[in-house]
Amino acid sequence: MANKVIYAVYDDPEQLKDGARKLVSGGLKVKDVYSPFPVHGIDPIIGITRTRLGIVSFMFGITGAALAVLGIWYFNIFDWPMNIGGKPSFHYYQNVPSFIPVTFEFTVLCAAHGMALTYLIRNKTLPGMPARNPDPRTTDDKFIIEVRTADNHGRSTQEIEGLLQGTGMVEFNERAC
Amino acid sequence: MHAEAAIREPLILGHKTYHDVTEDIVRPIENKAPRGWYILMTIASLIAAYGTGCILYLISKGIGVWGLNKTVDWAWDITNFVWWVGIGHAGTLISAVLLLFRQRWRMAINRSAEAMTIFAVIMAATFPGIHMGRIWMAYWVLPLPNQFGSLWVNFNSPLLWDVFAISTYFSVSLVFWYIGLIPDFATIRDKVTKPTMKKIYGILSFGWTGNAKAWTRFEEVSLVLAGIATPLVFSVHSVVSMDFATSIIPGWHTTIFPPYFVSGAVFSGFAMVQTLLLVMRKVMHLEAYITKKHIEYMNIVIIVTGSIVGVAYITELFISWYSGVEYESYAFINRATGPYLWAYWSMMTCNVISPQLFWFKKLRTHLGFTFFMSIVVNIGMWFERFVIIVTSLHRDYMPSAWTMFHPTWVDVGVFLGTIGIFFTLYLLFARYFPVLALNEVKSILKTSGESYKQRAATHHHH
Repeated sequence: MANKVIYAVYDDPEQLKDGARKLVSGGLKVKDVYSPFPVHGIDPIIGITRTRLGIVSFMFGITGAALAVLGIWYFNIFDWPMNIGGKPSFHYYQNVPSFIPVTFEFTVLCAAHGMALTYLIRNKTLPGMPARNPDPRTTDDKFIIEVRTADNHGRSTQEIEGLLQGTGMVEFNERAC
Repeated sequence: MHAEAAIREPLILGHKTYHDVTEDIVRPIENKAPRGWYILMTIASLIAAYGTGCILYLISKGIGVWGLNKTVDWAWDITNFVWWVGIGHAGTLISAVLLLFRQRWRMAINRSAEAMTIFAVIMAATFPGIHMGRIWMAYWVLPLPNQFGSLWVNFNSPLLWDVFAISTYFSVSLVFWYIGLIPDFATIRDKVTKPTMKKIYGILSFGWTGNAKAWTRFEEVSLVLAGIATPLVFSVHSVVSMDFATSIIPGWHTTIFPPYFVSGAVFSGFAMVQTLLLVMRKVMHLEAYITKKHIEYMNIVIIVTGSIVGVAYITELFISWYSGVEYESYAFINRATGPYLWAYWSMMTCNVISPQLFWFKKLRTHLGFTFFMSIVVNIGMWFERFVIIVTSLHRDYMPSAWTMFHPTWVDVGVFLGTIGIFFTLYLLFARYFPVLALNEVKSILKTSGESYKQRAATHHHH
């Protein structure tokens, strides 16, 4: 039997969640879900783990803070201490209050841009990438569950369609893959 | 699904489906622009062209063509800089702070408010840039190795803090805005039929798929960026205020400046959002999305921040007397009764007295009145910066140096020019970009949409 990819199309995110729940409790693996906006609560149903982008942002943030401290220490304390109105300039700890704003800004700069770049790369959303949603209507008003027969050996498309009966599905499409 | 209390007013009026939301926003992008757009665009770009000419003239001749003198060495340039940065703050407040507070009404206005932020910060950054005189030396503000020994920039100076604050603020706002735009560009990409448009929006949408993991990441990025943009926006105007507060000029050297500047910034920014949105909702027929309730919410923010600004003005006056510092007292007496009293009282009327009219529900839900007030507040906030800068400088410690500031045509031209450039950019945004956050508005349609709320209410009764 040739492998197939099945798209169950919905009009409403709640009905899509019902459909996904039925499939999963029927022992099927849902490949993915495509929607025009985030469907809250779909991740645990289809087994998507929490993203670690928050941690990434934190790591970039502390890197930024460390670079800022090191840089400012080198520029204004070590390499060329500036005498501004006789204010202390020979030790980092004496001068640190006026270094806080730039340290903070640089921390934010690195945390935000590091996270944003990681996000774009991980999502494979970069300039010039082709659109990869299975149906152009998923960015408008349709919600689609994608199931692959290759992930669910021994299940026929009829069986999958049967599981989704009564969940408010509006279309059931299959394609060879 | 998350249900919303029936007594909360709907945020999307009438009956809309997800497809209607797409149609309402993408149609103006697909169709030819209305005549009004061409008229406004012509006016704005002519003013922008004149302003650009003034800037080029200034750069070729030097700062001497401005009205600055030895006593008043900061005037319109810095006034305009602070005014534009302040206007920018509302966009971040709406998209970041209101996201953290889970205010759903932000979703109809955040996109255009963020666009306003970005354009306003560009205009703001123009002023310190051209005030350098030799703009081709602008890279000197960065800590780069150089042939002077190496002589580094001074990290103790608020002017340098500003360089870092403004550039971080601009770039982070831009990224935050663009990440939100990607899914909406994908909607346009999948909707339009003209091949060139499809190609352009295809590139802009970075190949967005909208699968479950992408949306999870999207929401995480939005939340974390909102979380770090919030302290960032407060830091930006605090740093701007420290350009003044850390100097020993009477009228500037006060610790109240950071909170006072930040609330003033939000105050003027919301006024600018009102000016832009009241026109946009009418021209682009967005009345169902940007409702009277949205306008009222924004007016409430204007009363709160306007009142904080009022309290700050009065506190400043009181402290100038209570401090017992002769110079400080004189600076404030001179503001209120000296040769610049017209500026001071315009500021007081526009910023302290007039927003109090919004306590009347009739007035704060009246669109025409709101539009009028938004202009009044923006004029008032421009005068605030003018009063702080010029009246503090023009009579300094040495009476023989006392003088007045007279703007030249270049001062006026550059300022008008930035308004022209700002509106040109905003009009381009309104024409070619999705002016509502489509994906966010759709996500609240079934909880905050009028027809869905009514349906839920009737279901409950039976």
